[in-house]
Amino acid sequence: MDFLLQLKQLTAGLFTTGLSHDGQALAYLVSAILFIFALKGLTHPATARRGNLYGMLGMLIAIVATLAGAEVMSYGLIAIAVVLGAVIGIVIALRIQMTAMPQLVAALHSFVGLAAVLVAIGTFLNKRASGDLNTLLMGELSAGIVIGAITFTGSVIAFGKLQGLISGKPVKFFGQHLLNALIAIATIALAVQFASTGAIWALILMTLLAFALGGTLIIPIGGADMPVIISMLNSYSGWAAAATGFTLHNNLLIIVGALVGFSGAILSFIMCRAMNRSIINVVFGGFGSDDSGGDSAGAVAAQKGVKSASVDDAVYWMEDAGKVIIVPGYGMAVAQAQHALKDMMELLQARGVEVKFAIHPVAGRMPGHMNVLLAEADIPYDQVLEMDEINPEFQSADVALVVGANDVVNPAAKEDSSSPIYGMPILEAGKARQVYFLKRSMRPGYSGVDNLLFYQDNTSLIFGDAKDTIEGIVGALKGGGH
Amino acid sequence: MSESILALYVFVLACVIGYYVIWGVTPSLHTPLVALTNAISGIVLVGALLVTGAENAGWFAQSVGFLAVLLVSINVFGGFLVTHRMLSMFKKKK
Repeated sequence: MDFLLQLKQLTAGLFTTGLSHDGQALAYLVSAILFIFALKGLTHPATARRGNLYGMLGMLIAIVATLAGAEVMSYGLIAIAVVLGAVIGIVIALRIQMTAMPQLVAALHSFVGLAAVLVAIGTFLNKRASGDLNTLLMGELSAGIVIGAITFTGSVIAFGKLQGLISGKPVKFFGQHLLNALIAIATIALAVQFASTGAIWALILMTLLAFALGGTLIIPIGGADMPVIISMLNSYSGWAAAATGFTLHNNLLIIVGALVGFSGAILSFIMCRAMNRSIINVVFGGFGSDDSGGDSAGAVAAQKGVKSASVDDAVYWMEDAGKVIIVPGYGMAVAQAQHALKDMMELLQARGVEVKFAIHPVAGRMPGHMNVLLAEADIPYDQVLEMDEINPEFQSADVALVVGANDVVNPAAKEDSSSPIYGMPILEAGKARQVYFLKRSMRPGYSGVDNLLFYQDNTSLIFGDAKDTIEGIVGALKGGGH
Repeated sequence: MSESILALYVFVLACVIGYYVIWGVTPSLHTPLVALTNAISGIVLVGALLVTGAENAGWFAQSVGFLAVLLVSINVFGGFLVTHRMLSMFKKKK
């Protein structure tokens, strides 16, 4: 690493001290443009990988420009930290299961949040040492710390819920909103105190309260609302980066922070719209859902006038069908049924059946979760359609096969104005000639609402593990003789 | 125009760009979008480098900076790589 320092000293004549300030700023501009192109690449799967490469290049340029600049004077610690982080990051990225993506993303969000807090504290210490503190800077530092801290603990709680370390149920207690409001007010008051006086006690107390707030804000939100929470924390991590940019007067961080912040905000909006709920309702609501349940499925089904069917019934309808539409939900991810679905798809296609997949925006635990799982199973993305594209096709489908989804196909959202999910856009699976539900039990979906589609004449339920059932269908299709 | 107002200009304009670019992202790639934005927000690394490498950084600031560099490096390397892994799975019908 001394070598780098020497190199910098040798080239000092060229760059005065390291890379000149303007030179660095220009490099950051190139990097910012590359990040914008990176996101733009995600417009289509065909251009997405190139976009990711732009992103890597942008990051490389930003890091090199920073290290070559005049402010960075020692490299030893940095090199150790980067190498250590790189090894950990690469190992995780290579090993992670696609079903665990929501947890991974939550964990990574928490790192950005904590790093933003640490950078703000470190900047405070360095600026205090050089006597450059002022009210505006300390105000900006406070913003960085508070947003970063909320992102950190919020993401840790989200991770715990997704990983099953904490109950996925909404945790509600009396005076919850009042408590949050009080913590928020106290945090702001401390931030003002810190910014105006530079008091360390105010800084420490503010940081601790912000950490607490992240936890109390996320703990009441249930597992089914995770797509919104992941998006929201994604957004927070962006705003945390932007706040860091303001404190450091670094335009690159501001630009990237704004891009990421907006990305998460738009995703949150899309997720909320797909549930017909406002973000306020999600954040403060704590929707339904204690998913206890699991009475003997068959008995309850019979009582309620639900038809249950066997694998052979489904095979009978599907093998000669013109079109089959599969509606995957979180249950498919839990059962890891995507690979079996792919085999089923191929066998049906070999018989001339058209097979499509219908994705609801909030299916799964994060935005686009189902698409990644289906892609993982080698199901071509042009057979996987979004809600608006696929809905007109249900009425011409012979079979709709619902695999581990529930609320997103519940006609109560359209027909029953007293239902909690009324107004939520749904996949119109009920319009297919035959509907088969693969279900473990009769328990309702996460909204806690009974599914009207179960009682429709053309609906049958096949009880059991989704993967076993699909494998049964695959076996029967292979056997042929029906 | 003060430096802070200039920063605000940059911020607001970047928000506008973000708005248009993100609405263009296809819903099927929303998970890679979250992973990629995650990797990109590892840009906090720049701040962490500045803290750790600052000439006047004391041992405490250096330790804080070290931890920050370590954490966001996980983000940067892990984030881009996992995004790449995911995007490689998206294939068209043969």
